[in-house]
Amino acid sequence: MSARIPSLDLVDRVSAGETRAIARMLTRAESGSTEARAALDLIYQRTGRAHVVGITGVPGSGKSTLVAKLAAHLRRSERKVAIVAVDPSSPFSGGSILGDRIRMGELGGDPGVFVRSMATRGALGGLARGTLEAVDILDAAGYDVVIIETVGVGQDEVDIVRASHTTVVVSAPGLGDDIQAIKAGVLEIADIHAVSKGDKPEADKTISDLKGMLGLGVALAGRIVGRLTPVIKTCSPQDQGISELVAAIDEHRDYMKSSGLLEERRQAIRERRMLKAAEQILHEEFEQHREGRMAPLLAELGDGQVSPQSAARRLLAHISMETPQ
Amino acid sequence: MEAKTDTIRVLIAKVGLDGHDRGVKIVARALRDAGMDVIYTGLHRTPDEVVDAAVQEDVDVLGVSLLSGAHMTIFPKILKLLDERGANDILVVGGGVMPDEDVDELKRQGVKEILLQDTPPDKIVSTIRQLVTERGPR
Repeated sequence: MSARIPSLDLVDRVSAGETRAIARMLTRAESGSTEARAALDLIYQRTGRAHVVGITGVPGSGKSTLVAKLAAHLRRSERKVAIVAVDPSSPFSGGSILGDRIRMGELGGDPGVFVRSMATRGALGGLARGTLEAVDILDAAGYDVVIIETVGVGQDEVDIVRASHTTVVVSAPGLGDDIQAIKAGVLEIADIHAVSKGDKPEADKTISDLKGMLGLGVALAGRIVGRLTPVIKTCSPQDQGISELVAAIDEHRDYMKSSGLLEERRQAIRERRMLKAAEQILHEEFEQHREGRMAPLLAELGDGQVSPQSAARRLLAHISMETPQ
Repeated sequence: MEAKTDTIRVLIAKVGLDGHDRGVKIVARALRDAGMDVIYTGLHRTPDEVVDAAVQEDVDVLGVSLLSGAHMTIFPKILKLLDERGANDILVVGGGVMPDEDVDELKRQGVKEILLQDTPPDKIVSTIRQLVTERGPR
C-alpha cells in the first residue's frame, strides 16, 4: 500500500466494518484533513444506531479497568463495542503517552472490540479534536456501543455530557475527604454514578454520601424527577457490579427513548458540535490572520503603552478591516 | 484546514516473557517530549495482540523492545502478521539487546531500523522522524 487512498474510497469499507479502513479514517478525522471532509459528511449520514456512553472520572478512579470489564460484559450479549480512550496531551510538547490500552489486555484478539487511543492535542473540555468524528466513524462501522473514556478534572466533564447519550461518572473511595463528583457540578452531569474499588472499606460511605447528595439535589430543585440517578458499587478484579452497571446503562437508554429525551439529547449534541466546529474554525482563522500583525503591538505592550485588553481589540480591528468578508 | 504537521503516532510494545520496561518508559517519555503520541500496551503481549493494536491505532511506527533473546522469532512473526493485514506501511523499529548479525538479518527481512540499548533518546527521536518522512503520507 504505497499511494494514499482517497478518503471517499474508505467510506463503504468503514460501513462494512473493515478494521484497517476504520483506523485509517480515524487518523484522517483526527488530523483535521480537508480531503477527508466529504467522506466524513457521508459517514455522518450513516450514524444513529450506536449507543454512545461517556465515562469519566479523575485519574486513579479505576476508569480504564472498569471500561474493559464493561466491554467484556457487553460482548457476552454479542454486542460490538468500540472504545475511544482520551488522554491529555502535554501542554509543553504537544505529545502524549496513551496508556489506557494496558488495562484492556483481556479484550485482545476479539474482533468485536475496537480500541482507539486519542490525545486531547490542546483541546479544552477533556475531549480530543476529532473525538466526535471518531464516534461517528465507529457508529457507521456498526459498533453497537461506543464508549468515550476521558479524564475528568472538573468542568471538563461537561463536554462529555454534550457528546454522549449516557454519562457515567466513576468515583473511587478514599481519594480525599470529599467525593470528587461533588466538586464543580460533576455530580449532576451523571446519568449513572459508579463507585469503583468496592472492596475498600470506605466504599459504602462514598456510596451513601453520593446518594445523600443526589437526594439533596432533588429536594432543593423542588421538581418531580422522572428518574433517580443510580449509584452502583463495582469492584473490577472481582467482576462485582459490572452486570448491574450494564443493566443501568441499558435502562437509561430505554428511559431516554420512551420519554423522548433521547431525541432531545441528540439535537443538543448536534447543536453543540456545530458550535464547537465554528469556534474551532474561528480559532484557526485567527491564528492564520494574526501572523505578521503582532510585532508593533508587542512592542507597545513591552513599553507599557497599552494594556493587553486594548492591544487585543486593536489586533482584531486590524484583522477584520483587512480580511475580505 | 490541513494540519500543519501531522503528529507522529508510535506504538511501543513489549512482547513475550521479557519483563524489563524501564527502557521503554524512558523512550516513551522522550517521544512524548518530542511531540509524538505514544501508545504503550504494557508487558507480555503476544505478536497478534501487538499487531491488532498497531492496526487499530493506525500508528506510523511500531517499536518493539526485546531483551529476552527471542527477537529472531518475534520480529519475523510481527512482520508476517502486518503483511497479512495489508499494513506494511506501518514501520517496524526494534530496540533492546541483540547481536549485530541478527540486526542485519532483521533489517533484510523488513525491520526498518534497530536501535539497541544505550542509543541516546534524541537519536531515537530523529530516527523515527526521518523514517516517517521518508515513507511519506499515507
